[in-house]
Amino acid sequence: MSTLRTLLDKVWDAHLVSQATVDTPATVYIDFHLIHEVTSPQAFSLLRERGLKVRRPDRTLATMDHATPTNFERVGDRVVIRDAAAAAQISALEENCRAAGITLYGLDSDRQGIVHVIGPELGVTHPGRSIVCGDSHTSTHGAFGALALGIGTSEVGHVLATQCLLLEKPKRMAVTFNGSLSRGVTAKDLILGLIAKIGAGGAVGHVIEYRGTTIASLSMEERMTLCNMAVEAGGRTGMIAPDETTFEYLKGRPFAPQGTAWDEAVERWRLLRTDDGAVYDKEVTFDASALEPMVTYGTSPGMGVSIGGTVPAANGDESITKALRYMNLQPGDALRGRPIEVVFIGSCTNARISDLRLAASVFKGRRVSPGVKALVVPGSQAVKRQAEAEGLDRIFKDAGAEWREAGCSMCLAMNGDRLAPGQYSVSTSNRNFEGRQGQGGRTFLASPLTAAASAIEGRIADAREYIS
Amino acid sequence: MNQPLRRIESTLVFLPAENIDTDQICPARFLTTTSRNGFAQALFADWRFNQEGEPRPEFPLNRKEAIGARILVAGRNFGCGSSREHAVWALRDNGIQAVIAPSLADIFKRNALKNGVVPVTVDDASHAALIAFEKSRIVAVVDLERLSVAWPGGEARFAIEPFERHCLLEGVDELGFLLGQDAAIAAYEKIDPRD
Ligand code: SF4
Repeated sequence: MSTLRTLLDKVWDAHLVSQATVDTPATVYIDFHLIHEVTSPQAFSLLRERGLKVRRPDRTLATMDHATPTNFERVGDRVVIRDAAAAAQISALEENCRAAGITLYGLDSDRQGIVHVIGPELGVTHPGRSIVCGDSHTSTHGAFGALALGIGTSEVGHVLATQCLLLEKPKRMAVTFNGSLSRGVTAKDLILGLIAKIGAGGAVGHVIEYRGTTIASLSMEERMTLCNMAVEAGGRTGMIAPDETTFEYLKGRPFAPQGTAWDEAVERWRLLRTDDGAVYDKEVTFDASALEPMVTYGTSPGMGVSIGGTVPAANGDESITKALRYMNLQPGDALRGRPIEVVFIGSCTNARISDLRLAASVFKGRRVSPGVKALVVPGSQAVKRQAEAEGLDRIFKDAGAEWREAGCSMCLAMNGDRLAPGQYSVSTSNRNFEGRQGQGGRTFLASPLTAAASAIEGRIADAREYIS
Repeated sequence: MNQPLRRIESTLVFLPAENIDTDQICPARFLTTTSRNGFAQALFADWRFNQEGEPRPEFPLNRKEAIGARILVAGRNFGCGSSREHAVWALRDNGIQAVIAPSLADIFKRNALKNGVVPVTVDDASHAALIAFEKSRIVAVVDLERLSVAWPGGEARFAIEPFERHCLLEGVDELGFLLGQDAAIAAYEKIDPRD
């Protein structure tokens, strides 16, 4: 057996409580567990039914994001939730966290936000950690070299009760991006380009490790966008080996190691890289320098083309035919110039400060097209504060866009923000599935630059004309 | 706890499109609940019902051949997208006990196993052979002991990890096994430095 190991192998090996046997899977220790209001209540009830306690409340952190409205109504300092079902989920989370002694950053906390935005910004997401959350985009945390897995509610219960999961080891896949991105091309375009190439099922059963010269020059926030959507390629998660960019981002954050513990941690983290010559189960390379801004035309994130491109012919592919019917598009239609009604800038893919700065660079001094509803939703309260300190909120509001509280918002239609049937949106989120943004709603996925430019024009636009 | 499951003999219902995601299987508006039950109406709600909430007669699950079917034949990468276990609960609440496809999304497969829904991954040729029966009414058998799926004139093998199979056959869940490892977990937690 080769002793050369990939990043995945190293993190995997370090978390084995017990090895897999012929009859049983491996027991894998989970260093950190993030929970939210929508996928945790049934897990807590499972524990109660079986008389079990939360094993490590100190390794668990809760926030609320999915079902929470982003246009808060406040009575005094209390946020009022009008939707009774959402209010019930939120109070269940409050009660469960209180009873178990789990830290909760609720709606009254200045640390609240989308679970995958607050983990990194609080410094909870460390290289080499195993991290899980009852949400598929947990893959975001892989940008730090963590093994970050999305899990279902039963497994949320397993982790609450035992701090472990039973896992089969995923396969290893290397995606190597080379070259530098052209002006106006972002990490979002990079991942949409990759998924268009390998397909929405292209990485099923694998953990994607992103590598190559392109990755080395990306910021942490850009790397998070890439890892966030690894799951849209079917990947179990994404990972990137930590480097100086990672350490610089983490240093001094509230839950990052401090003092000598920091120095020791960095020394350990430096070892978290794939050994030269280690073998992957699958490899893909991608020339990033040739990439243009991307936009999707269909109902799977893999159905994407360059902004200047046209809707392809289905060529007998049932899923494309079905998607085009839903989107009311024809093969040969140009994407650029398609009228839209809504623009959503937000979600755990693209609602960090750098994303908002990009959007603001386009909005500055311009107006949202009449008849277009543009929503800018920061990923966390911290992002919101930072944006306001920089005056970005003014730019958005002056342009005629709405500036909201932190949350998932129109990424998924369960908190009041949603498309009406038939409406078209350009969205910086990660899923263009049928009805994802509202029953009958139609989604074009794109970068924050493309979304902002499209809001200005009222149609799908090429942001490169707006930036210097 | 799930019912022990050895053999599923049933008519089939077909949804052969690729990449059917969990937002279709159980739309987000049905997630605002704290219960693990009551998802029967959520299943494929936007495909099954029109805006007025009436069943669309052409949708496969609404056809009379589909009544009582416990096996779903789906397309590649079924269950992709959101990790919501609610998608599996919605299938289960409609009596679906097995999903046959050329591939199933990773998290969906794990969720299915936890709820007594058998993920059956078959080769492309077998899948095509099954899809050929889309317009007819046949009975197929998913046999967990033999790890096979059989239909009139054909049979395919499928794989499930031995432990998962054991849990399905006995109707036991993984949590019991994990809880039994308490000492090993405690020993692991003592390793220094632990991040
Ligand atoms: S922003 Fe969207 S993708 Fe991200 S956690 Fe929220 S609902 Fe999920």
